[in-house]
Amino acid sequence: MPKRTDIHRILIIGAGPIIISQACEFDYSGTQACKALREEGYEVVLVNSNPATIMTDPDTADRTYIEPVTPQAVSLIIEKERPDALLPTLGGQTGLNTAVEVARMGVLEKYNVELIGASIEAIQKAEDRDRFRRAMGRIGLRIPRSGIATTMEEAHRIAGEIGYPIIVRPSFTLGGTGGGVAYNPEDLEVWAKAGIDASLIHQVMLEESVLGWKEYELEVMRDRNDNVCIICSIENLDPMGVHTGDSITVAPAQTLTDREYQSMRDGAIAIMREIGVDTGGSNVQFAIHPKTGEMVVVEMNPRVSRSSALASKATGYPIAKIAAKLAVGYTLDEIRNDITGETMAAFEPTLDYCVVKIPRWTFEKFPETEDLLTTAMRSVGETMAIGRTFKEALQKALRSLEIGRHGLGADGRDGVERGERAETPLTVTEIEQKLAVPNSQRLFYLRLALKAGLDLEAIHRLTGIDPWFLHQIQQIVAFEDDLTGHQGGHLDREALWSAKRMGFSDVQIAHLTARDEDTVAERRRELGIRPVYKLVDTCAAEFRALTPYYYSTYEEENEARVSDRKKVMILGGGPNRIGQGIEFDYCCVHASFALRKMGIESIMVNSNPETVSTDYDTSDKLYFEPLTKEDVLHIVETERPLGIIVQFGGQTPLNLAVPLARAGVRILGTQPESIDRAEDRELFQAMLHKLGLEQPPNGTATSVAEAAKVAERIGYPVIVRPSYVLGGRAMKIVYDQADLENFTRLAILASPGHPVLIDKFLEDAVELDVDAISDGRATIIGGIMEHIEEAGIHSGDSACVLPPYSIDADLAAEVAAATKSMAAELGVVGLMNVQYAIKDRRLYVLEVNPRASRTVPFVSKATGVPLAKLATRVMLGSTLAELGLTGETVPSHVSVKEAVLPFDRFPGVDTLLGPEMKSTGEVMGIDVDFGRAYAKAQLGAGQHLPVAGTVFLSVEDRDKPALVPVARQLAEIGFAIVATRGTSEFLAASGIANRPINKVSSGRPHVVDAIKNQEIQLVINTGSGRREQTQRDGFEIRRAVLKYRVPYATTLAGAKAMTRGIAALKERALSVRPLQEYF
Amino acid sequence: MMKALLALEDGRTFSCRSFTGPGEAAGEVVFNTGMSGYQEVLTDPSYRGQMVTMTYPLIGNYGVNPEDVESDRIQVAAFLTREYQAHPSNWRAERSLADYLKSQHVMGVDDLDTRALTRHIRNAGAMRAVVSTTDLDPGALVAKARGIPSMVGLDLARVVTSQAIYRWEEGRSEPLKASETVLDQRLWRHRGRRPSVVAFDFGIKFNILRCLETRGCEILVVPAQTGAETVRALEPDGIFLSNGPGDPEPVVYAVETIRELLGYRPIFGICLGHQLLGLALGGRTYKLKFGHRGINQPVKNLVTGRVEITSQNHGFAVDLDSLDRSAVEVTHINLNDNTLEGFCRQDLGLLAIQYHPEAGPGPHDAHYLFAEFRSLIAGR
Repeated sequence: MPKRTDIHRILIIGAGPIIISQACEFDYSGTQACKALREEGYEVVLVNSNPATIMTDPDTADRTYIEPVTPQAVSLIIEKERPDALLPTLGGQTGLNTAVEVARMGVLEKYNVELIGASIEAIQKAEDRDRFRRAMGRIGLRIPRSGIATTMEEAHRIAGEIGYPIIVRPSFTLGGTGGGVAYNPEDLEVWAKAGIDASLIHQVMLEESVLGWKEYELEVMRDRNDNVCIICSIENLDPMGVHTGDSITVAPAQTLTDREYQSMRDGAIAIMREIGVDTGGSNVQFAIHPKTGEMVVVEMNPRVSRSSALASKATGYPIAKIAAKLAVGYTLDEIRNDITGETMAAFEPTLDYCVVKIPRWTFEKFPETEDLLTTAMRSVGETMAIGRTFKEALQKALRSLEIGRHGLGADGRDGVERGERAETPLTVTEIEQKLAVPNSQRLFYLRLALKAGLDLEAIHRLTGIDPWFLHQIQQIVAFEDDLTGHQGGHLDREALWSAKRMGFSDVQIAHLTARDEDTVAERRRELGIRPVYKLVDTCAAEFRALTPYYYSTYEEENEARVSDRKKVMILGGGPNRIGQGIEFDYCCVHASFALRKMGIESIMVNSNPETVSTDYDTSDKLYFEPLTKEDVLHIVETERPLGIIVQFGGQTPLNLAVPLARAGVRILGTQPESIDRAEDRELFQAMLHKLGLEQPPNGTATSVAEAAKVAERIGYPVIVRPSYVLGGRAMKIVYDQADLENFTRLAILASPGHPVLIDKFLEDAVELDVDAISDGRATIIGGIMEHIEEAGIHSGDSACVLPPYSIDADLAAEVAAATKSMAAELGVVGLMNVQYAIKDRRLYVLEVNPRASRTVPFVSKATGVPLAKLATRVMLGSTLAELGLTGETVPSHVSVKEAVLPFDRFPGVDTLLGPEMKSTGEVMGIDVDFGRAYAKAQLGAGQHLPVAGTVFLSVEDRDKPALVPVARQLAEIGFAIVATRGTSEFLAASGIANRPINKVSSGRPHVVDAIKNQEIQLVINTGSGRREQTQRDGFEIRRAVLKYRVPYATTLAGAKAMTRGIAALKERALSVRPLQEYF
Repeated sequence: MMKALLALEDGRTFSCRSFTGPGEAAGEVVFNTGMSGYQEVLTDPSYRGQMVTMTYPLIGNYGVNPEDVESDRIQVAAFLTREYQAHPSNWRAERSLADYLKSQHVMGVDDLDTRALTRHIRNAGAMRAVVSTTDLDPGALVAKARGIPSMVGLDLARVVTSQAIYRWEEGRSEPLKASETVLDQRLWRHRGRRPSVVAFDFGIKFNILRCLETRGCEILVVPAQTGAETVRALEPDGIFLSNGPGDPEPVVYAVETIRELLGYRPIFGICLGHQLLGLALGGRTYKLKFGHRGINQPVKNLVTGRVEITSQNHGFAVDLDSLDRSAVEVTHINLNDNTLEGFCRQDLGLLAIQYHPEAGPGPHDAHYLFAEFRSLIAGR
């Protein structure tokens, strides 16, 4: 059937900000869909609040709304754009939920918008656990016994019937928020309550436990002719009990016979039909009893998902693109397989390699949370590796993780996972505990367990991990001994070849044979042991592949097709983590686009399956490889690019700049020495001194004693941090010596071999972020952003506004001049980011990064200047003047960026902001004035700003005077005010009517009771408070607010901005405007 | 593990090793792209005379069990893999793949760049080869490879077919009783209650018999050389022509038998059976460059317009243009290369399918064809 001609304009809903369980995979799928639909001649209207996406680039869709992904905003867009159809299956759970709500509001019906891809009926059948259970019953598939509860009484009754342990799953949530395992009625009390709260429809499903069963996923496609194909099978290494997003997964399934696989396939197809997904991709999860083979259905998602992104990258089959084409009427046999160019999309990809995905966790960011994995997802990113064997892929994935490991241990870093350098052996009991409870380091404990002599049977009993995987791991670990046998002796061909085929990195081999990495590499070259590159081609070489999508392995035949064109290699950023996310991928993708436009071959290297950069047609060539010196050098040796771009992918490629340059690789743009000069404190200070610029008083220390001396000299409070770390990891403001000593110890650990930096903390300063571009002679300011939260809050966690609102022209000129002089001095060619603080009209330079920053996409969207593309051209020799960039663009509209924080995923963690970055993503609000732009940013970030109701105020003493005007404005808008005693008295004395309310520690009813009773609509609560009681009181409030989704501000600056936003909303209702109309 | 060498007739060699001890094997090298189902592949009689390489690199993961067999022995000449898995894990596994191969003296090879081999076959075509642990001299092995008979013109059905007629009942074969010496309609035990089918064994897969039985048929399996008069004596309700190895053209005796039986009863042919039907109708067959072997082949049913993902294993095909299109209706084509995958002749009650609707291994999308055969029988 050909495409539909009765629809012309299609609305796509994006997933909004990056949060845990919704990362760049939805930019990847959404971008693919936009491209696919426009290719077919449809007009695409897009809504997404996330500026760091390729999908929100003004030329990806026809009409791009960077607006909150909320039912209200989407309704306004529908009213304005009158699309013929809405495609809701590409924006993750957020997109799907928003579409369901818009439909429920009657908006689709009113404006005659057809839902394509999946009907409301199908979505609800898949998502409502009770309906899903009944649907499975109709097709003869078993799902774990279960019951639905909306009250605690029901929960206890059902649990009594099914028995413990029992799984608690809230309906309609993301990544299983609020889900968990209850082993007894006491646990149930906790989990069921949390689940009912977290569920959008206040309902939980209690489910028979299938803990320890083998877990599988199938990615399924269906077209309107009822043709169904399985794109990929995935087997989880971690058995049931760990969220699939937190599981190490392998494609294809490894331990199923064809009979079992086919019956799972039959099940998946029957489910697609029963649920009624008309067209597109879905994900179906199964559990299999390891001893009997009994199969149960776990769940299905009637949309593209994280797993479908993984499946696309693992197979080469572009699920989102095909899903979009199916949604407009094509059938699978009408769509060509882009990879082969000759066969059709109606087939099932087959792999001739093994794919391993490992999640990337950031427990180190949330020390208050225990490192354990449950049915609620905690990881913030993932890495994927491809090898010809599982062992090779596993080790490649581990060294791609950016956790400082070079494979499955044996890299001289053992013990680091326990926060210690020394290799104090763990007791067997300790190891057993770490095996029994899933955690982010379990793979390394598996190795330790084998080293400690635990047998596989015992390990299997403790972990539930299938013996097949355990044997693979055992083979890797056993091979270590083969290598240690070569200490001091000759490294022969046989040993090296076998090691490389098992995925051992040169660093591991060096460690095991007591050599250094370069010596091992040298020896390999002597022996001619080099990796070859094989193709990901969807068909296991049955057909010739057109797209050059490669992975490395150690085999006989090399398939790399090296052209003699001019080419440039771009290093990506590896797995998403806090501090390094989609923003850097955005820059890398832009670099690739710019190169292709210049007629230069673009070669992308990255290991993150969620991204646009690893889409098979983003670059001329894609190497899906770990970003390590060894792996990158191998590609360089094969491709011989004219240069390599390291400044776009964040810290990961930057860390490789010096070693790569030393190995003779040409780094394009700003040179590694300049990067070093900006990172090295002493060199940096000398430079500032030379330029007559100032920085806060500071010093460096390599020991705790030295640190104390420095702090003494510059005076407390001080900020302590290690050098060479992105995202403010291990960074803290300390107020006294005891704190300082504790923290310095940790900081030394986080960045071994590098000094700890100690800066004077400038309290109440205004902080600025500046992005600039330079061609080596001229420097142009890309944008100046003013942070809304005061200095001391990590720039990645702070909201910011462009253009700035509180600095005058003189200061702005000073900032520009300082930026330009530093760019010139550092010889910046490409992008640069500077952070400044202004206190008492004095400008202090906080930090200079001669590379793309996290804010580049935001600035580009706010100003309409594609900084990363321009920077790419500059790096290849163009001047800014040639590119037509002659001055700063200061837009007349206002753009606000707000950070999105993952606190709801980490119970027990305080939501206060600090110098350590904790946000996972960001949203953008764009409008004619600050209040409206800020309000949109808040709505986009999930803060449902009220325009009436009661506000709760409780601030530190030093914030009280400044609170008065905020309180007054809120009162004028019509808010009733309640406040804790001190704040209440202060406000009363200032003539602001309010009602006092108890703190938690002052008896009941108290403020948390009021929050639970929904008597409070807005919370302003500051108190980085150093007094323990204040902190605890504040903590209770902040956690309650999070749980009951009450909008809140934890800084006074934030409160002021929020009040302006509320005032703006009160004055005139939200309105929407596409990006294309701003420029 | 022993060092081994694989030598192809065109002179290319691959280093590898044996995981089943010393040995030497010869045959036509073909590749199979299925990621599961190696036990079914090993025991599929259509692979007789062939060394099969699996494109999926990890083989042996789930061991070997007593159920997933397609015949009573391993049929492949040798099994070529990238990484043999010595520690199987599956609740049904009873032994390792290496044990299984060794027990039937079939060579298992790993540590081979199977992708390179596959690409070579894709470009140069399926070809004769020898793999050996005893002779590692490339020149000598290549010469040996050139000495083995070519697949073209080879009647292997004669080699793999059963020597005697047997029943298939309750999922297993059952020899005729000593008393059952007269081959006539009295052999049918369920006459009138279940359709009786005579199945020609050119190398029949058990799963075909299982599927026929599941659809209610009573089955007598007859040797490939069985003549038309024997079939007529049995007075079946339907005739089935099985899959099998080798080139269809030299199987002249079967083509003649089929020609005599055209129109007598509904006939369903699968794979080699399909090709023989094509020949019987006056068509031609030819050797594909490297064949279709895998479980992901898309076939379009031209009657319904729907796509089936199919299990395939064939090196020869019926030339679409050689069929009399005024009489023959083309019902199925391969979406990858547009080759003929199925045809029918309503007037004669013929149903011919090139791929494997019985799966084993592979998807169950085409199971409906057994029901169609049953309806054909019922329609008479």
